[in-house]
Amino acid sequence: MSEPAVLLESVSVVPAGADRPVLRDVDLAVEEGELALVVGRTGSGKSTLLGAMCGRVPHFTGGTLHGRVLVRGRDTRQHRPRDLADVVGVVGQDPLAGFVTDTVEEELAYGMEQLGLPSATMRKRVEETLDVLGIPELRHVPLRELSGGQQQRVAIGSVLTAHPRLVLLDEPTSALDPTGAEEVLATVTRLVHDLGVTVVVAEHRVERVLHHADRVVHVSPGGEVRAGLPADVMEWSDIAPPVVELGRWAGWRPLPLSVRDARRAAGDLRDRLDGAPVPTGRGAAGAPVLRARDVVVRHPGDVVAVAGVDVDLLPGQVAAVMGRNGSGKSSLLWALQGSGALTAGRVEVLDSEGRSVRPADLSPARRRSRVGLVPQTATDLLYLDTVGGECAQADAESDAPGGTCAALLERFAPGIPDGRHPRDLSEGQKLSLVLAVQLTADPPVLLLDEPTRGLDPGAKAALADTLHDLAGRGRSVLVSTHDVEFVAECADRVLVMATGEVVADGPTADVVVSSPAFAPQVSKVLTPAPWLTVGAVRDAASRAGAS
Amino acid sequence: MSRALPRSVHPAAWWAWALGLAVAVSTTTNPLVLLLALAVAALVVAARRGSSPWARAFRLYLWLGLAIVVLRVVLHVVVGLKVGTVRVLPLPEATLPSWAAGIQLGGDVYLEGLLGAATLGLRLAVIIACIGAANALANPKRLLRTLPGALHEVGAAVVVSVSVAPQLAESVVRVRRARRLRGDDRRGIRAVPAVALPVLEDTLERSLVLAAAMDSRGYGRSGTAPATTRLVSGLLTLGGLLACAVGLYGILDATTPALMGTPALVAGLALCGGGLWLGGRHVTRTTYRPDPWRGPEWLTLACGAAAAAAGTVVLRTDPDALSMPLSPLAVPDLPLLAVAGLLVAALPAFLTPEPPAAPSRRPARGAGTARAAREARPSAPAPTPRKETAGV
Repeated sequence: MSEPAVLLESVSVVPAGADRPVLRDVDLAVEEGELALVVGRTGSGKSTLLGAMCGRVPHFTGGTLHGRVLVRGRDTRQHRPRDLADVVGVVGQDPLAGFVTDTVEEELAYGMEQLGLPSATMRKRVEETLDVLGIPELRHVPLRELSGGQQQRVAIGSVLTAHPRLVLLDEPTSALDPTGAEEVLATVTRLVHDLGVTVVVAEHRVERVLHHADRVVHVSPGGEVRAGLPADVMEWSDIAPPVVELGRWAGWRPLPLSVRDARRAAGDLRDRLDGAPVPTGRGAAGAPVLRARDVVVRHPGDVVAVAGVDVDLLPGQVAAVMGRNGSGKSSLLWALQGSGALTAGRVEVLDSEGRSVRPADLSPARRRSRVGLVPQTATDLLYLDTVGGECAQADAESDAPGGTCAALLERFAPGIPDGRHPRDLSEGQKLSLVLAVQLTADPPVLLLDEPTRGLDPGAKAALADTLHDLAGRGRSVLVSTHDVEFVAECADRVLVMATGEVVADGPTADVVVSSPAFAPQVSKVLTPAPWLTVGAVRDAASRAGAS
Repeated sequence: MSRALPRSVHPAAWWAWALGLAVAVSTTTNPLVLLLALAVAALVVAARRGSSPWARAFRLYLWLGLAIVVLRVVLHVVVGLKVGTVRVLPLPEATLPSWAAGIQLGGDVYLEGLLGAATLGLRLAVIIACIGAANALANPKRLLRTLPGALHEVGAAVVVSVSVAPQLAESVVRVRRARRLRGDDRRGIRAVPAVALPVLEDTLERSLVLAAAMDSRGYGRSGTAPATTRLVSGLLTLGGLLACAVGLYGILDATTPALMGTPALVAGLALCGGGLWLGGRHVTRTTYRPDPWRGPEWLTLACGAAAAAAGTVVLRTDPDALSMPLSPLAVPDLPLLAVAGLLVAALPAFLTPEPPAAPSRRPARGAGTARAAREARPSAPAPTPRKETAGV
């Protein structure tokens, strides 16, 4: 049998300054030409596993690695990451952060320049790679002007030009909208099928890659790693796409991994659910707490981000705004909050006496007690060195009684020690802290910009519960997100934006079920009935069984 | 040379040309010659600058030059020694203690002194414009790519730090905006800790990500020369730099022995060259699409050298023609040879290939922008690949 592309032999990794290993006794072989999908909760050591495969762990990150890692026969103990550059290509989460040059063509050539390839070879490989990625027309374009999906494809291309036999992708789609993510994953499958490259990909949104994977590597929070065929691992994995959860619940064997498999197995279930009442979201109740009319936001450089949007936010409702990157979602949220630019139009909220006021006219402190906003990079709001300090500061900022913020945080994410540095928290805990800080002022309207980025399914479910709870207490929530499954779980109403305009606005089921881009997996399996989540199906089926 | 395909001329050639022009300028205070040199620099920049952001910086250098002229004149009026016969501005003079001889605070301003100060300022301004022209014509990033192999890593670090600066500004804006969400509208110095900390953390994180990415792509991989070679090349370079410093001192200070001048400088340069060669021998790095050095580059170099040579020759043969006649005041001469040299220096504006067209193609990203709509049309000008024959 030929040598595997990567071989890990009883590998344990203890990070610098930690007493507990992140990876424990890992034995793993990824064979030539495989697409291996690494799944696991945030912080479980997925990145460490990928880092060990390219030598970054421990050469770059520090810490101790026991055992042996062989990449195409080269031992990472003797080979630094730069010495493996010709056999391993690494693509990270944020493509822009890893770019060294300015334009597409130079970026594609950079790795080859370091390897010292002859000029003629470089010219040829750049042309080939531009074709493989389907972006020859972008060759001279500055990297910063590309869309997220294009940037990530260039990042993949820039490691491909060195002709590595192994490509490692660490959550390559987590910063992308659904279309950009599709582009990138199409490129990844192309690598595997057409070019025969071995690919190891860590991905949160398992549903996107699962049906292409040859092998699934599961990393548990304790650092144990188990690998196996996708259908086998999905039987017990704590990270599973809705279609697998549906299959597990319905007892379908073999377990469906794609919507297509599940749809073929679901004939029975569709019959059983026929006529069962589909739960609807919370309806509109009461007068709008925020009214916006003809909102226009224009950015410098002739960019119209929001082009005349009317929106009313109702109390006791969770609304989601979806759309491509750059469709104006963030600009809309910032304009509604009042801290961002508002070129034309009116935004009105009710103040504490029930009069309409424009949030932009209020002082920042008063504004935040009417409309709270959790920005995309939530950690921008944190600057103290302990969690307790941030909570006390938030109480002081919003004239709330001492302990308000700490109590909120305890409810969202129990058990965070006061003395912990905010940077040391997990993504979910950081978000909970920022959410607690913003909710200390108790605003009737809460806006969240892309809160699900980097959250694992557990943290997402916790966030969905929190938002439901807020709506249950009469608050109005507007959340912008790309995550269709999250929308299916938590939103009552969906707005779809495109080129700065609202192109659809209505109850979640009405908007998403018919849409090819925004339909959740369960609805694709059970269409035409508008079921959105496994939970709803389970409840309906048990009711139908009981009656 | 037929009408050449558009390509950018080697950045080193532009620097050599600009330095030649600057040498010619430094020989003269004749305002006619100075203004002609300025016109030549501006003409070449207008005709041959590329589409990089640097190319638009020439104007800044012109403003800087203007500021220098104004400053020089103001300084003359306030503290300069005033001599001459044509009084233009009567001013009272302060009496200064004897140790301040050479400084004249206030006092009547004469036309001769004023013109002398202005032409001296103009000379410095035109030299700065020459440097600005080099900067506008030669993309500094491309210049760094032509560094010898041994210096490549330093060059890459410079390039990266240049591109990090705009990101830093971006995160400052973002964090300041976020501060307002916490009801914090502090301004000035009190807002610094709340903004600086997240920005610094952000920058550090990005730097680490970038460093990891560069490492995995082979940056620094070629530094595998044996320790002795590294030591020898380091010693050679260091000794060379010292010798260069001594040589430059010797050239500038006439009282030092002749051996300390030019010979020391030449020896120092040779040592540096040797060190770089030795250090670069183990570097297995190549350059994608290196800028070729062909006819237009030689031409550009020669034009700059011609201007410098003409200026130097006139300075030796007819130094009066190159200065502004102040006592008595007169209209300055027009030294034909110097003018001819400057006119030759203008030739690259016509004889070098045109720079490639602007590559930018902003995709329709920020919603309905007018520009995006224009460019979304199928006839959008796709960037045409440069069709140069592969050089080297």
